[in-house]
Amino acid sequence: MNDSMPNQSADKSMAHVYKVDGPFWGALKRDLLLSYRRKSDLVNPLIFFLMVATLFPLGVSPDPTFLADVAPGVVWVAALLATLLSMDSLFRSDFEDGTLEQILLSPQPLYLVVLAKVLAHWMLTGLPLTLLAPVLGVMLFLPGDGMWGLVLSLLLGTPTLSLIGAIGAALTVGLRKGGVLISLLVLPLYIPVLIFGSAAVQGAVTGYPWTGILPFWARCCRSDW
Amino acid sequence: MSTPRLKIDNLFCERDERVLFEGLSFEVNAGEVIQIEGQNGSGKTTLLRILSGLSRHFEGDIYWQGEHLDNCAESYRESLLYFGHQPGVKAVLTPRENLQWYASLHPEMDLSKLDNALIKVGLKGYEDVPCHTLSAGQNRRVSLARLYLSSAPLWILDEPFTAIDKRGVAEKEALITAHAEQGGTVILTTHHELAMGDKIRRLNLDQLAGTL
Repeated sequence: MNDSMPNQSADKSMAHVYKVDGPFWGALKRDLLLSYRRKSDLVNPLIFFLMVATLFPLGVSPDPTFLADVAPGVVWVAALLATLLSMDSLFRSDFEDGTLEQILLSPQPLYLVVLAKVLAHWMLTGLPLTLLAPVLGVMLFLPGDGMWGLVLSLLLGTPTLSLIGAIGAALTVGLRKGGVLISLLVLPLYIPVLIFGSAAVQGAVTGYPWTGILPFWARCCRSDW
Repeated sequence: MSTPRLKIDNLFCERDERVLFEGLSFEVNAGEVIQIEGQNGSGKTTLLRILSGLSRHFEGDIYWQGEHLDNCAESYRESLLYFGHQPGVKAVLTPRENLQWYASLHPEMDLSKLDNALIKVGLKGYEDVPCHTLSAGQNRRVSLARLYLSSAPLWILDEPFTAIDKRGVAEKEALITAHAEQGGTVILTTHHELAMGDKIRRLNLDQLAGTL
């Protein structure tokens, strides 16, 4: 007993102290760390988002009143496509290096791990998109009244896009080229989100009581999944 | 005689209209090491994927400790350690982070042994290096370190010795023998000649391949 004590403390001082995470935190931390180490994946959807909003006035018309009219739709479509672009990678790398097998074979409930992965995905695409949206709104002459509507509708809408997109990503992960198929599968389900989302922003611009749309819309999304 | 740990009953599997095995029945008891043999394409990996629960393209029944696998999937996965073709190691994470993540999925794992396990698989000094800078063999060693950490009784190992040097193979063989002696069960495929003598049972898939 006495002999083993000093040994143990010596071991402890040498060894790392490891904290055991639950399946949710473990997966969330891992996915955030993964994207932190591969920053290009992080910036890609944001650059796409920014490019659409920059190129749109150049391609169509720089007229402020016209741009103010279409701004809610343009920002929303850009956010939707940026999310869709990043969706394919949600399970792809895990599938390729065999970690997805290990997730499937773990005794943990799968929905916890998948929810953590979707949350991490949203924190790295949807959340930055939402935060960047007011800048795009200003670039497209969106009236100040619409800003809150834009941010709130994206705050509610981008997680929905991530959750719906995860279904498509999961269905196509086993295919060699799932990129096209995922768009076909997921886009019809994205359309209601887009309609309600841009309607909420438009409502906010025109002074329509737009907040009424949000809970209704949230209910729609919940019955989706 | 107690119920066998794993019982495979009348397993049938075909792939692209080619029968891989049919009427495959065997039992595995505690303390046994089973080596699945067969030429390339004979269905060794397919069989291991079916046994681990990853693949459902089969007919027949699998029983874990007398209970049908469909009814005890969770407790089965708790008692299983699967080592597949892909090592299941994230290239941008370090060996330590990889194993920590694995432990978050397997709460029964003893993380205090982590440093020791990495030393035992010969990765001392590489604990905090991203795995993409390591060699193929070292990446597989990261994954094999799970064998030292896990307390799962059933190990299913698909080609665990690929890209591992001779000394590493000898060490893993000793580990497998020790696991079996402590009452564990190991099912593995390998093209290496295992020097375990009569402790190992061999199952050849070549004779089981049906014709179509």
